[in-house]
Amino acid sequence: MLKDITLGQYFPGNSPIHRLDPRTKLIMLVVYIVALFLAKSWVSYAVMLVFLLTAIKISTIPPKSILRGMKPLVMILVFTGVLNLFFTRDGRTLVNIADFIIITEGGLTRAVFMMARILMLITGTFLLTYTTSPISLTDGLEALLNPLKKLHVPVHELSMMMCIALRFIPTLIEETDKIMSAQKARGADFENGSLMERARALIPILVPLFIGAFRRADELATAMECRCYQGGEGRTKMKLLRYRRNDMVTFGIGIVLTVLVIVLASFGL
Amino acid sequence: MNPILEVKNLNYIYSAGTPFEHKALDNVSFAVSRGEFIGIIGHTGSGKSTLMQQLNGLLKPTSGEVLLDGTDIWSDKKLTRQARFRVGLVFQYPEYQLFEETVYKDIAFGPKNMGLSPEEIDRRVREAAGFVGITEEQLKVSPFDLSGGQKRRVAIAGVIAMEPEVLILDEPTAGLDPVGRAGILSNIEQYRRAKNATIMMVSHSMEDVARLTDRLLVMNGSKLAMDAPPAQVFDRAGELKDMGLSIPQVTEVFLGLQQLGVDVKNVYTIDQAVAELKRLKGGAAHA
Ligand SMILES: Nc1ncnc2c1ncn2[C@@H]1O[C@H](COP(=O)(O)OP(=O)(O)OP(=O)(O)O)[C@@H](O)[C@H]1O
Ligand SMILES: [Mg+2]
Repeated sequence: MLKDITLGQYFPGNSPIHRLDPRTKLIMLVVYIVALFLAKSWVSYAVMLVFLLTAIKISTIPPKSILRGMKPLVMILVFTGVLNLFFTRDGRTLVNIADFIIITEGGLTRAVFMMARILMLITGTFLLTYTTSPISLTDGLEALLNPLKKLHVPVHELSMMMCIALRFIPTLIEETDKIMSAQKARGADFENGSLMERARALIPILVPLFIGAFRRADELATAMECRCYQGGEGRTKMKLLRYRRNDMVTFGIGIVLTVLVIVLASFGL
Repeated sequence: MNPILEVKNLNYIYSAGTPFEHKALDNVSFAVSRGEFIGIIGHTGSGKSTLMQQLNGLLKPTSGEVLLDGTDIWSDKKLTRQARFRVGLVFQYPEYQLFEETVYKDIAFGPKNMGLSPEEIDRRVREAAGFVGITEEQLKVSPFDLSGGQKRRVAIAGVIAMEPEVLILDEPTAGLDPVGRAGILSNIEQYRRAKNATIMMVSHSMEDVARLTDRLLVMNGSKLAMDAPPAQVFDRAGELKDMGLSIPQVTEVFLGLQQLGVDVKNVYTIDQAVAELKRLKGGAAHA
């Protein structure tokens, strides 16, 4: 069922990771991604993996839920793997079928590395969205991007847009589910037929979905105006963001992790 | 007579195997005959909508059987698809599912999917429109230019056009004005008479189900709590209140009268109440 897609959904909880300042988590995600791209060898990947698994363990998010969130991304993963596997010509040839399908040692390593990188990248991002509610996520983002206001970047507006988008993902998924059921009840068939037929079968879903989304947007805009919403200028916050001891500890871990990966890389590992 | 639709030991669990697991149906069994008008009542979240989606094969039971004319609709893929057409389901707020350029095309969507001939589709669209009071001119306009109540009628016509033997409606009158409600309810009754169809209607209006239905299914906490004619169900007012349900207002008034020592019978509809009051008045005049 569509609803089981958990992409970008918040998983309420009270673990130390849930309680971290959203800014800390955002910065850590960036640090983690940079480290992931600096990592060049099995050893540094192992270090990253240990870090990631420990973080998941602390977050008390059931690994099953993270795996389920991966499902829609399997195609991208397979695609990356296959591309790297067949189109890298590097090192000893492992398989050669009629000079057409050639798998080299280098290709195999690259494919595995790339897939591991994507998997760990996505898992890390999931950890952020699973442990941070959309509201505090955008709060954190806004605070981090605040300096850009000097350059006349509409930071508040952007973060508000993101907040609204995140908020409506589950709603839209639920709505899609409902509309699909209703059209199925009228005999619509989404599973069989040629590609064209299947594409056409989407119209009865997409039209009501878009109309519903526009209606919602309209209602939301009215509701915001009724409460005198007028953007970032002079707006105060109910929940002030503050770094605590745990955030400091987390930053420390982030620095150690980056340094470790850089050192490993300089040793050619 | 053999039941047209029968449900045996139905269980359904949402998101099985996840932390959000929720048992929405717990060992539900009942049978429905041709031409019956069934009401389904129950507190919010008691599983009414879930149950309705089992009956036309939209949701697959976790365990248990759904028998249409004696055969399990899940025993063969073709039968499941057949069930979609033979058991028509009108969802809650169906007006949000309209999508075609014209009302005519939208009503024709179901019959088209059934693979009927253009002449047959045309006949069905016009007949269905007639049942719900959509005029010839309205068939040509965009469904999005209609009022909420008219959109609801179009959506119901879209299901009626498939001429289902069992027509299921999930709160068809929610959010409509009294005239709109009465209109839709009488459309449904008309369809039943014309086609000897079975109607199953989920409703939160005790007045409506008391007046219209032959039998009530009462859902409570994922279980089927009662299965009896309205009069018998509403005689168990205490139990209903414990389930977060009520009894029709006239029934309540007449129970109050009885407690005041007035000699009246239990009534469930306005018509019965009027008859009972007339009897009382007639009796008093003679005394
Ligand atoms: N798609 C879903 N995924 C998970 N749980 C669901 C889903 N749909 C419904 N539920 C849960 O199943 C239970 C029964 O829901 P259902 O929609 O059948 O109730 P209902 O009796 O129709 O209520 P209402 O009168 O509000 O329409 C509810 O507790 C609901 O939270
Ligand atoms: Mg419901």
